Amino acid sequence: MKILVPVKRVVDYNVKVRCKSDGSGVDIANVKMSMNPFDEIAVEEATRLKEAGVATEVIAISCGVAQCVETLRTAAAIGADRGILVETDVELQPLAVAKILKAIVEKEGIDLIIMGKQAIDDDCNQTGQMLAALADMPQGTFASKVVVEGGKVNVTREVDGGLETVSLSLPAVVTSDLRLNEPRYVTLPNIMKAKKKQIDTIKPADLGVDVDPRIKTLKVSDPPTRSAGITVPDVATLVDKLKNEAKVI
Amino acid sequence: MSVLVIAEHDNQSIKPATLNTIAAAQKIGGDIHVLVSGKGCGAAAEQAAKAVGVAKVLVADSDSLGDQLAENFAAQILAIAGNYGHILAPATSVGKNVLPRVAAKLDVAQISDIISVESADTFTRPIYAGNVIATVQSSDSTKVITVRTTAFDPVAAEGGSAAIENLNAVADSGKSTFVSREVAKSDRPELTAASTIISGGRGMGSAENFSVLNPLADKLNAAIGASRAAVDAGYAPNDWQVGQTGKIVAPQLYMAFGISGAIQHLAGMKDSKVIVAVNKDPEAPIFGVADYGLVGDLFDVVPQLTEKL
Repeated sequence: MKILVPVKRVVDYNVKVRCKSDGSGVDIANVKMSMNPFDEIAVEEATRLKEAGVATEVIAISCGVAQCVETLRTAAAIGADRGILVETDVELQPLAVAKILKAIVEKEGIDLIIMGKQAIDDDCNQTGQMLAALADMPQGTFASKVVVEGGKVNVTREVDGGLETVSLSLPAVVTSDLRLNEPRYVTLPNIMKAKKKQIDTIKPADLGVDVDPRIKTLKVSDPPTRSAGITVPDVATLVDKLKNEAKVI
Repeated sequence: MSVLVIAEHDNQSIKPATLNTIAAAQKIGGDIHVLVSGKGCGAAAEQAAKAVGVAKVLVADSDSLGDQLAENFAAQILAIAGNYGHILAPATSVGKNVLPRVAAKLDVAQISDIISVESADTFTRPIYAGNVIATVQSSDSTKVITVRTTAFDPVAAEGGSAAIENLNAVADSGKSTFVSREVAKSDRPELTAASTIISGGRGMGSAENFSVLNPLADKLNAAIGASRAAVDAGYAPNDWQVGQTGKIVAPQLYMAFGISGAIQHLAGMKDSKVIVAVNKDPEAPIFGVADYGLVGDLFDVVPQLTEKL
């Protein structure tokens, strides 16, 4: 079974981003970039499936600028066997990425796609579902447990109010939630080994995919701030304020 | 053109998130139709018809739609999508699961998690965990949108009298089956619907310690929430998580105990009407958004508070 793991290069989750002063976008010059944390969980899950003998090959794919190759190296250091970079300077939106992924899925004969449920930059939470729709595959989103057996994948999903399990026929798309696993610490020997792994670079046009953005960002701004209130000295004052000033209890 | 709202419901009744989504649809303008897709969902459909602002309720009722599997649900929406200029669903786990499928099949982008309607094609939405608000414009013929429900005041649940029309249900895709559901059983109100929420953070120290919040929650008929730090540490289940990667809430009263106030948590609760923060650390960022802050040990404060209320 071949697994494809799409990985996105995003601003590191520890970086506090700022809007450019003219509001034209978010200032990401000279900030630390990392693999989207949900994608890291997806790579770990795919690697575990290979280690368990369920998967034969784990292919990582990243779409975007040339530096995405670093993200693919990280995926390879966790355990991906090889990487594909779909290189473009165009701002890629989820629908475009889903179309690229669909083309690769068909080309490579992929049985299972595991990917992050959302990227921590645009917070869209769309690409996995879109890929599943375009490729006419079933989907198991927000996964906290993945079990492959007998040509099916059983996915336990984090839903509002609890958990839900669905059984999907393969090929299928799974998107990872936070509790699916805890990604391993990447060791130096594995980073070195990853440097030798194969990474192929192609362009969206090679796949015949139209990646033009459909949504235009007119401006970005800081969120409205909520001003701090008062500090109360003790519980009695707090109760009094809540009852008589805020009138919420 | 008309606006289609996808109802969030449990077959017996519609969830409040539906009413917030109808409110967002009103801001776009045009007739509002509500799709109730489920199994034995007549009661939910009748309730949807009473919501203010709804012109028509469309009901698709079938075995294959009962568990809201994304494959069948999306096909049901697509069967009528051509009649609408806008398709809206609440950004709940159901809405987020199904709607991108609809968008992809229509070959349009989806606009996720909108917090305002600027015009029929322009919306605002939070990005970077709520650190930035983007104003975005869609050039697609059909706008497929999920709605952050806390950003829109709900329409009244009673007062309307929309017509109810039955649809032919789509066939089962045969690609996915529902296996089981484990719903966290609780007598407490749901997090996203509660008027009061009591939340604990890493300062709770352990899963056992979370129970100190129970008597207070009982007294206030509150839901219990948790920060991502508390969930990651295993102190609280994931479905309690309030924040950008958890639930977005906006209760009348939000009480945060032992929560430092990471931006990703603030993104999930800062629209609450009144915020109370209790933390040992006077420098905790949570005090920057709290209406009432109390510097102290939550294990002293919570029992006192419970007694005095």
